[in-house]
Amino acid sequence: MAIELKDVSYVYEGGSPQEIHALNHVTLQIPDGQFIGLIGHTGSGKSTLIQHLNGLVRATAGDIVFNGRSIYGEGFSMKELRSKVGLVFQYPEHQLFETDVLTDVCFGPKNLGLDAETIRVRAREALDAVGLDSSYDTVSPFELSGGQKRRVAIAGVLAMKPDVLILDEPTAGLDPKGRDEILDQVAKLHREQKITVVLVSHSMEDVAKYVDRIIVMNHGSVAFDGAPKEVFAHYRELEKIGLAAPQVTYIVHELKKRGFPISGDITTVEEARQAILQVIGDKI
Amino acid sequence: MGIIKASKLIYDYIKRDEDGNPDGIKRAVDQVDIDIEAGQFVAILGHNGSGKSTLAKHMNALLVPSQGTVWVGEKDTSLDENLWDVRRTAGMVFQNPDNQIIGTVVEEDVGFGPENIGVPTKEIWERVERSLDAVGMTLYRHHSPNKLSGGQKQRVAIAGVMAMKPRCIVLDEPTAMLDPNGRREVIRTVRELNRAEQITVILITHYMEEVIEADRVFVMDEGRVVMEGTPVEVFARTAELKKYRLDVPQVTELAWELSQAGLPMSEGILTIEQFTEEIMKLYRQKSGA
Repeated sequence: MAIELKDVSYVYEGGSPQEIHALNHVTLQIPDGQFIGLIGHTGSGKSTLIQHLNGLVRATAGDIVFNGRSIYGEGFSMKELRSKVGLVFQYPEHQLFETDVLTDVCFGPKNLGLDAETIRVRAREALDAVGLDSSYDTVSPFELSGGQKRRVAIAGVLAMKPDVLILDEPTAGLDPKGRDEILDQVAKLHREQKITVVLVSHSMEDVAKYVDRIIVMNHGSVAFDGAPKEVFAHYRELEKIGLAAPQVTYIVHELKKRGFPISGDITTVEEARQAILQVIGDKI
Repeated sequence: MGIIKASKLIYDYIKRDEDGNPDGIKRAVDQVDIDIEAGQFVAILGHNGSGKSTLAKHMNALLVPSQGTVWVGEKDTSLDENLWDVRRTAGMVFQNPDNQIIGTVVEEDVGFGPENIGVPTKEIWERVERSLDAVGMTLYRHHSPNKLSGGQKQRVAIAGVMAMKPRCIVLDEPTAMLDPNGRREVIRTVRELNRAEQITVILITHYMEEVIEADRVFVMDEGRVVMEGTPVEVFARTAELKKYRLDVPQVTELAWELSQAGLPMSEGILTIEQFTEEIMKLYRQKSGA
């Protein structure tokens, strides 16, 4: 069990009239190796939640257990936690500051006190993992495209060799191709290096395509938690909390309503294509 | 001549070394000709770095052409004496709402523009009221912009532009930083302004769902306009759009995939209704046979 949240609550400005319950008794397990999509409208508590996972924000009640130990326990090293649970913020490219790409990615491992060679090797591996070859090493981060900058920022976290990678809307502001590139790289990391991934996203289409579990936050609580098919089956309820299912789910429901024999739990274009062709594909 | 016209527009960004000497040129807009008629809803699509924002900045003289000419309301934007007229004809809304809001109260923020050009107080208030009403934010007029959602902030920014009574609004990726709800709010508002107030709208975006109701769509790549037409015409060319790093809505993609697999589907299907209509027809044919 990688991370376990036990009845975690977080209150901003507790005791004042502005008191806000950002998290309300959240209990969750995040086992090793899952690819999780975390969704919820703005203000639902998802950003507060991920900041708890690497100890940036301290729960006002409840406990968080990482690999069997409470992160609030005596002698627990927050520094170690943060090197194991890597967090990539929104617009992480704003945090690039070194003169060239490789040096920037070296910054994290350097702070772990590793020797120079290990640092360099790790940085290079991390850049490879996000699809940037060594021709980028000496380029200034500021000369890269938006999508490339973001991949450098993600490499900076990967160079810490985290067990868990949390990405807060990693594709915001990118064009469709840049978005696919980043998500494909993340999926590859998950597949090949068995990294646990928590992906915060506003795009139901992306979530449906990549993750194997969806956690839906609403008003600081977990509203739904399950496989994409299970969660998107509640699309009416999702709409009530400012979310939606992928467009293809609506298409399938409309077909079904009109009497077309198709399963209602389809969440990707590929599944819909196959299901439709199965019924009418051989006719022409 | 339309309300915005560009002829052989070229814009070069000049890269400079540490001493400020020119050190290379990047051509961001390359030989663009467009002519936008008053009252239209026009969308400009393109991937990051395709030149669409650079083009947008020419539409209210934030940039002036390196070569070629841009006319806004029939005024040449490169002439200093036209600057005020150009900016009063075309207002601009940017990506990040937090960079555009300056007032501490919503209604003050909206009134900031007209106050600066010496509009009499009584009229300022009338404009503020009308603008807030047009974007559906009247309820929040006494609120602090800080406490609003991204979509609401963006609507306040649009109201601020509206209060200047422009004939045309240029929106440069106004929804890029918003969640799906905020995105819908802003697009609905913009469409309503176009419809009810006959304001010319130029929407720059890479979200394809947002351009479905546009009158015309331009697609940019490497500084050039590479596709142009109605949404149906443009979306019918799915493979080409993918080449320009763009996407189509899932319904269009699914229809395209099915036609690739041999089903007789129309080109450029944009709505779920049209899609299900066609599939049901095929299904009835099959079950009837």
